[in-house]
Amino acid sequence: MPDTKADQALGEGARILTICNACRYCEGYCAVFPALERRLSFSAADLNYLANLCHHCGECYYACPYAPPHEFAVNVPKTLAEIRVASYRQYAWPAPVGAWLAPVAFLIGLAIWIVVERARGGPGLPADFYGLIRHGTMAGVFGAISLFVLVAFLAGLVQLWRESGQRFARLLDLSALRRAAWDVFTLKYLEGQGRGCTYPDESHSRTRWWFHQLTFYGFLSCFASTTVAAIYHYVFGWKAPYAYLSAPVVLGTLGGIGLLVGPVGLLWLKQRQDEATRAGQQNRLDIAFIALLFLTSATGLALLAFRATAAMPALLAVHLAIVLALFVTLPYGKFVHSIYRAAALLRYALEQSGEEKTV
Amino acid sequence: MNRATQGSEPIPEFDVLVAGGGNAGLCAALSAAELGARVAVVECAPREFRGGNSRHTRNLRRRSEAYPEGEYFNDLLRVTESETNQELARLAIRGSETSIDWMRARGVHFQPSLRGTLHLDRTNAFFLGGGKALLNAYYAAAERMGVRVFYNAEVLDLDIHSGRFEAARVSWNGAPVEIRAKALVAAAGGFESNREWLEEIWGEPARNFLVRGTPYNQGKVLGLLLEKGVDPIGNPAQCHAVAVDARAPRYDGGIVTRLDCLPLGIVVNQRAERFYDEGEDLWPKRYAIWGRLVAQQPEQIAFSLIDSKALGLFMPSVYPAVRGDSIPELAANLGLPGEGLDTTVRRFNAAVQPGAFDHTTLDQCRTLGLTPEKTHWARALDTPPYFAYPLRPGITFTYLGVKVNQNAEVLTTRGPAANVLAAGEIMAGNILGKGYLAGIGMTIGTVFGRIAGREAAHRAGH
Repeated sequence: MPDTKADQALGEGARILTICNACRYCEGYCAVFPALERRLSFSAADLNYLANLCHHCGECYYACPYAPPHEFAVNVPKTLAEIRVASYRQYAWPAPVGAWLAPVAFLIGLAIWIVVERARGGPGLPADFYGLIRHGTMAGVFGAISLFVLVAFLAGLVQLWRESGQRFARLLDLSALRRAAWDVFTLKYLEGQGRGCTYPDESHSRTRWWFHQLTFYGFLSCFASTTVAAIYHYVFGWKAPYAYLSAPVVLGTLGGIGLLVGPVGLLWLKQRQDEATRAGQQNRLDIAFIALLFLTSATGLALLAFRATAAMPALLAVHLAIVLALFVTLPYGKFVHSIYRAAALLRYALEQSGEEKTV
Repeated sequence: MNRATQGSEPIPEFDVLVAGGGNAGLCAALSAAELGARVAVVECAPREFRGGNSRHTRNLRRRSEAYPEGEYFNDLLRVTESETNQELARLAIRGSETSIDWMRARGVHFQPSLRGTLHLDRTNAFFLGGGKALLNAYYAAAERMGVRVFYNAEVLDLDIHSGRFEAARVSWNGAPVEIRAKALVAAAGGFESNREWLEEIWGEPARNFLVRGTPYNQGKVLGLLLEKGVDPIGNPAQCHAVAVDARAPRYDGGIVTRLDCLPLGIVVNQRAERFYDEGEDLWPKRYAIWGRLVAQQPEQIAFSLIDSKALGLFMPSVYPAVRGDSIPELAANLGLPGEGLDTTVRRFNAAVQPGAFDHTTLDQCRTLGLTPEKTHWARALDTPPYFAYPLRPGITFTYLGVKVNQNAEVLTTRGPAANVLAAGEIMAGNILGKGYLAGIGMTIGTVFGRIAGREAAHRAGH
């Protein structure tokens, strides 16, 4: 079935980027413009790449002499956002999924933990988490889901990279990886040479850079916490819960705070986003993703605070169900932007180094 | 009517009224406001189209260690053929260097010169994001300084008696209001968007001119000042025009409608005849003569023809080229006489002399025995498919302006006006009497905008 909305966005993208290519005033803002200037025409593959390279900072819209109401009606952030959303659907494996997945996955998760808990003999105050839910069950469920998520991510990445026409071996180009990693970890293209970007409106602000960094490093910190805990468990045989000052708890707490403040801030900014640059079709899973990040963190911290009370079993079940919903929806919502954006930045770094070699 | 009102809100008297919300106007407004003056700006465009032709600019020519005053000055003498007020020219050149920090301090960011503009790297400073981004920064700074900006505000008349400005009658959102101020800065550009005025000078062909910039430069303030006895400067019958894509909008097409492929092929008129040496000089220098050349052709239209060898050697245009697998097919697609075009191309091809082609230098590829000759980059049009772009004259600005002195005071037969200053395109003719030097418009606007703002604030007692 032809995706007419996506086709419209691609047609509009080719139209306006041809204007950009003849103008080039925005060249200094970000990677999108130097990348588009290497091209004379814009195929769907080119547009998907440029759309995933775009960080939606808004600068080029406010600087554009051809922005609406000019008859050329150039609106790069909005058009690329629409193409980007469509590209997420195109790359999704095994198929794009709607926003319904989030609550369904949560309920299934809740059901699993309740059934498991019932099977274990019901209420009481066990000495540790695994007295409530067997470690094997937890690890099994999450292991399977993680494997699925990993496969889905890889499938998306393979599709994107194949579409780009680049060789797969180039994914391992060390100097390009280093450049792309720098751009990712510093969030260079929302940083705007220190003054931030024009988001949510025309005035410059670093707010979004901060909220995104809190979210990003919060996520990494929580991931590190889980990894360390797994090593404790499997390598050293140390069982959870861990002491308040242990590495998993400290990492998890710091990350948790980042994931509380960051997503709320991003959501708050998103609500205030200028109508002019907002994409027509918003993926509701984007909002679900930000909400699930926040809820993961909130219930995780609540679990930490009340782990010695009678509320613990219920909190644990809810927390694990939310984590499960977060995981299951990862390949279909906003999270994928981290993979596709990083891949686009990597490709950009490759094109840059290729250009330097030919110069 | 002493105090104008719109709705219930009275308009107070200002220290400084700036007519025109482009680069020069905003530089004046900021300079005056920073000296403590209460400043109003009347901008005839709505907010979305504010900023006049500054919206379409991208750089400012500035003196630097790499581009010393002597060289800058000589470049100016060369393009103007010495039609310049040397004192004011030196003032602009000296002010250009110090203006860079002033601009930075008010939110303007710079970037390395754009691709395809390397020849300007040494001489010009490029605004990050171009002229509209610069204007956004200035408007934001003006807002912080408490400058009052009236959009959709067109000056209808100026109360100027014996060189003293009292008030401006303004149509604000369609309603007439009066704005009083102790000094006026006229920074409202030229008359290049005013069709009637253009037609008065160039006759009917002016109907076929395209205006590259804002449709709001109607020359109203310029006309009023000249009417009130201010001395004119600059040739009233000259404009700066380049050849642009004939499919461009009638106004506001800006940079993307330019065509850089003219020297790479031949240019013919509606009769399929060549009419000028396409290879006379390197493109940036010759860019500006083609507006007038096309304006002199029947119906004010011409066609730039290239073959496949030229692809990739010029900046892509925003409009697709008209294509043909043979010259007669191309002629048919362009609506040109097929036999005529075929003859023109065959004669041209036969006259091409052998040589090593290099479009970046004045190479040795030329024709022999043609009228007119093509003196460089002449290569036979022999590699299909062939491509063509239709051309029309695209007006950038007009030269007529008001005479000013080093304090940006407008001059009358009785000497400087008491409290009327001018900055930007409206007085650029004092310095740029002829020709064009990339980025000098923004230099004049910035330097004289700052001077005019300062002087206006002084005249208001600040």
